Amino acid sequence: MQLVAPETVTFTKSGFCPGCGHGLAVRLIAETVEKMALNEKLITVVDVACGSLNINSWKFDTIMAAHGRPIPTAVGVKKVRPQNPVLAYIGDGAAYAIGMAEMMHVGIRNDNIITIVINNSLFGMTGGQCAPTSLPGQVTTSTPHGKNAEKWGMPFQIEKAFSGLEIAYLARGSLADAKGMNISKKYIEKAFEKHMNGEGFCLVELLSPCPTNLNMSPVKCAQRINEEMLRYFPLGEFKM
Amino acid sequence: MSKVLLKGNEALAEAALAAGCRFYSGYPITPQTEILEYLSWRMEEVGGVFIQAESELSGINMVLGAAAAGARALTSSSGPGFSLKQEGISYLVAADLPAVIVDVMRIGTGLGDISQGQGDYWQLTRGGGHGDYRTIVLAPASVQENADFMSEAFELAEKYRHPVLIASDAAIGQMIEAVEIAEFQEHNIDKFGWTVKGCKKGDEHRKIQNVYYTHPDYEAFLRGKYKEIEEKEQRYEMIQVEDAEVVLVAYGISSRVCMETVEMAREKGLKVGLIRPITLWPFPTKAFQKALHARLFLSVEINILGQMADDIRLAVKGKVPVVHYGSIFEIPEPEDMIKKIEEWLNKEEV
Repeated sequence: MQLVAPETVTFTKSGFCPGCGHGLAVRLIAETVEKMALNEKLITVVDVACGSLNINSWKFDTIMAAHGRPIPTAVGVKKVRPQNPVLAYIGDGAAYAIGMAEMMHVGIRNDNIITIVINNSLFGMTGGQCAPTSLPGQVTTSTPHGKNAEKWGMPFQIEKAFSGLEIAYLARGSLADAKGMNISKKYIEKAFEKHMNGEGFCLVELLSPCPTNLNMSPVKCAQRINEEMLRYFPLGEFKM
Repeated sequence: MSKVLLKGNEALAEAALAAGCRFYSGYPITPQTEILEYLSWRMEEVGGVFIQAESELSGINMVLGAAAAGARALTSSSGPGFSLKQEGISYLVAADLPAVIVDVMRIGTGLGDISQGQGDYWQLTRGGGHGDYRTIVLAPASVQENADFMSEAFELAEKYRHPVLIASDAAIGQMIEAVEIAEFQEHNIDKFGWTVKGCKKGDEHRKIQNVYYTHPDYEAFLRGKYKEIEEKEQRYEMIQVEDAEVVLVAYGISSRVCMETVEMAREKGLKVGLIRPITLWPFPTKAFQKALHARLFLSVEINILGQMADDIRLAVKGKVPVVHYGSIFEIPEPEDMIKKIEEWLNKEEV
């Protein structure tokens, strides 16, 4: 089998750290978009955090929005250009900390956009601080003695918050291994299908390694996803 | 189109549609809410997008997305809500995006209160968000100007690829006057090549981001843009300034009172004139160059600290005294102003 790189990926120097999950997510999105022949239509909105580097990683028209605001920015784009698929690409800090109000209300309105959330259990761009997704006991630069869940709360699960909302699609995949990526790609495809059918808000969260800020090797970091993150972040489709 | 009676806020909203605006996202706050309410039904009639957002932050970022996609996009707020728009305004400037943001000013700091005020002058004219920028600010003084300035605001926003602010106030927004709305014009969202629309194979994909990242000479670019605006876009009205000993300086609702003051003062034989800044930034320094014969400039503002007085002092370069005549609880009365003017004129020195 010959592997062919997606033509919508630029191959310019990305700036991502070795072992980072963003490049994997970019590839899955690019492959899906090409398979569905949406290359020339897709408009993306990235957050200012690590994912912002994608503005140079892919060949889609892209807006770099303020931290936590790619969702309303994407809604603005979609309302003006309803024929174009529109995707917001954000981290777990943007999604579940500073952008939580925007996340809940896009769900309440069921706006027809796709959102990809890269969940690496911390704030990556700013050097690894505690996030709403950090695991109990996790050592971060703002929880040097480990995250005290009694003080900070348990890792936030979007499927619980959205359980009562009529959104089009919600799934969580993993970027830890080939199996996880194959399933994640199916979820991304389904989100695009529903989006193109005009069904409403589609969210795919991807568990993603951040070796730099977790101070682990890429292999160890992928193992951590399977051994520790899955305990708090079950994989699967929650809204279909 | 013939004249109709409309509230200032409603005239502004209808005129935005006439100017080709087809995207509005806002949040309720007194005294601007009629803009949102009017567009909630009227926008649909003209085939545009109306969104009542969950917050001002969300509203302004929806506007950013809509502007990047090529729409003439509008949002509006007042005082406390306008502060929340500042994040988005700073990002609009950084990304070279056109949009129009209305501040129907209310009085006071923090929550303040809902009556007319002019306390947002500094925030409007100094680049109210983080960073290093200015924004063009148009200050309407009538319901008709509320309407006329919408088309002008969108034209300026697109000409300079920059957000334009409208400094209205509770009195102008709430009063009802006869107004003529301009003919409806169509806006083509594909008018500009730089808007996001999907990247054709082989083309460079479009990037809407901080221009600072990509511009080879960003400092010169930004300075040049603001220099050009300062040279070309100063707008003002001068009333009986030629022989005036005392020149009132006022915008918005305060300028309406000052027009009456000038008439009454002239009847009493007092040489009083008025400079009405229509652009608060760029501040109309050219008007002041023609008024340096005055003995006194009186900055009439509905605020405590005399925010515009600073700009007048800079414009007259210390050659003429500048005094703030301010009040926050009521619009100044011409009779009271004239009494003060007489007191000052009778003094040897101000």
